[in-house]
Amino acid sequence: MTTTTPRLHRVPADPALNPGDAAWFEAAGQGRLILRQCRSCGKPHHFPREICPFCWSTDVEWRETSGLGEIYSYSVTRKAGPLPYCIAYVVLDEGPMMLTNIVETDLDRVHIGQRVEVCFHHSANGTAIPMFRPVTHGGVR
Amino acid sequence: MSINGKAYIIGAYEHPLRKAPDHSVARLHLEAARGAVEDAGLSPSDIDGYFCAGDAPGGNAWSLANYMNLTHLRHVDSTDLGGCSYLIHVAHAARAIADGRCNVALITLAGRPRSEGMSGTVVRNRGANLPDAPFELPYAPVTVNLYALAAMRHMHEFGTTNAQLAEIKVAASLHAQHNPNAMLRNPVTVEEVLDSPVISNPLRRMDCCVVSDGGGAIIVARPEIVASLGRPRVKIRGSGETVAHQNAGRMDLTRTGIAIAGPRAFEEAGVTPGDIQYASLYDSFTITVLMQLEDLGFCEKGAGGRFVMNGNLVSGVGRLPFNTDGGGLCNNHPSNRGGITKVIEAVRQLRGEAHPKVQVPGCTLALASGIGGAIGTRHGAATLILERE
Repeated sequence: MTTTTPRLHRVPADPALNPGDAAWFEAAGQGRLILRQCRSCGKPHHFPREICPFCWSTDVEWRETSGLGEIYSYSVTRKAGPLPYCIAYVVLDEGPMMLTNIVETDLDRVHIGQRVEVCFHHSANGTAIPMFRPVTHGGVR
Repeated sequence: MSINGKAYIIGAYEHPLRKAPDHSVARLHLEAARGAVEDAGLSPSDIDGYFCAGDAPGGNAWSLANYMNLTHLRHVDSTDLGGCSYLIHVAHAARAIADGRCNVALITLAGRPRSEGMSGTVVRNRGANLPDAPFELPYAPVTVNLYALAAMRHMHEFGTTNAQLAEIKVAASLHAQHNPNAMLRNPVTVEEVLDSPVISNPLRRMDCCVVSDGGGAIIVARPEIVASLGRPRVKIRGSGETVAHQNAGRMDLTRTGIAIAGPRAFEEAGVTPGDIQYASLYDSFTITVLMQLEDLGFCEKGAGGRFVMNGNLVSGVGRLPFNTDGGGLCNNHPSNRGGITKVIEAVRQLRGEAHPKVQVPGCTLALASGIGGAIGTRHGAATLILERE
């Protein structure tokens, strides 16, 4: 299959953090994707909150993730700026789904059900933003 | 307590402009309000309830109540759930009237996104302190790709095709050719829709609604007042509303909030989808229509693609004529909010005032349904069932 979409990356917008958000982005800066999980009801959630959205308990903790997941849905946006990009929902192996971008691949070959792994791209102010790329098969991504 | 039969839509007006660079947004609201009040045969001093949403300058009712000089207000509601707000306003107005809070409610919408250069391919920052924004805006979500995510998943799970989505645009365009005010009046074919450029796959340009200036207004009044006016009476039979969202990371992108709002409206009205003769379905995108058809129960979940084929949404041809004004896909989507025009065309159908080429013969029961926000993240959803009396 020929590559018709260039592998250039848009620089993600700087996130405007609210109180409580820094830890998730600091972990990303260390190359880790972390997830909030409730110690009271046991459920993980995303995006991360300081109060469990399922049972409203404040007894929530951070847990590490494998950084692996599967594409639930995606769309390659071609008419919103100079570079095409792929927005997606990825279902993490730990359960929750997160909005993200699929990067470092031929965007014409992205598909639902594809196995992906976390990678990190930096916004203009240097904040690490978790994104996903296909897991490699024999070095081909 | 049910709102069934407690209030009537007695005035409706759609602003004729689709580009209004020389009109202020406040003026568009007032011109729409004036049109609806005249349509009802009332005067401005009769208005004692006012409803508006986020398109109101300042985001609530202060400035417009001041600008329009509404001096008799006893009930005010600036509920904002994006484009479906105005369907919610009709239901809330009926409730307020039933509760004795007001007698004559005015609902207005207006905006100038076309003149202001707005687009569905720009990341919209909806304000400070949004808990979701830091975890979403870096990924460049825009209106089109957030609906495209739902369309892509729907295609994956149910085999829905681009050609089926195109049938929805084709039906809208066949209706729009008879609307002299429609922004896009040329009928298009499935092939032309499929040949239009991909904006965010699977959605193509012709899967997307227009960006238009303009506005609209509605008057809802109590039965005793309506009886004295001698105008065609559109009874509010039932309503439903909700907010649907990501459920903390457990989202089903193939289901909209209409799956909650729709059945509730049918229950209150005491009717079923099979009774509906005309439907105004919010058409921000073709996929929005298809998913509402399923969630309203006009067909099974997943069967929307087959339902819309063979002109099934075309007036005079199919089982369920929809958006006979041309809808947001062809006619008008003022302020990037299509809710009020959905109600207005349903009222035209029930009064027998739609264009003769698209009028549903003997139309007595109609539905209007709307989704505001983005199916791909968070949205409001509302359904109304209306009857000609």
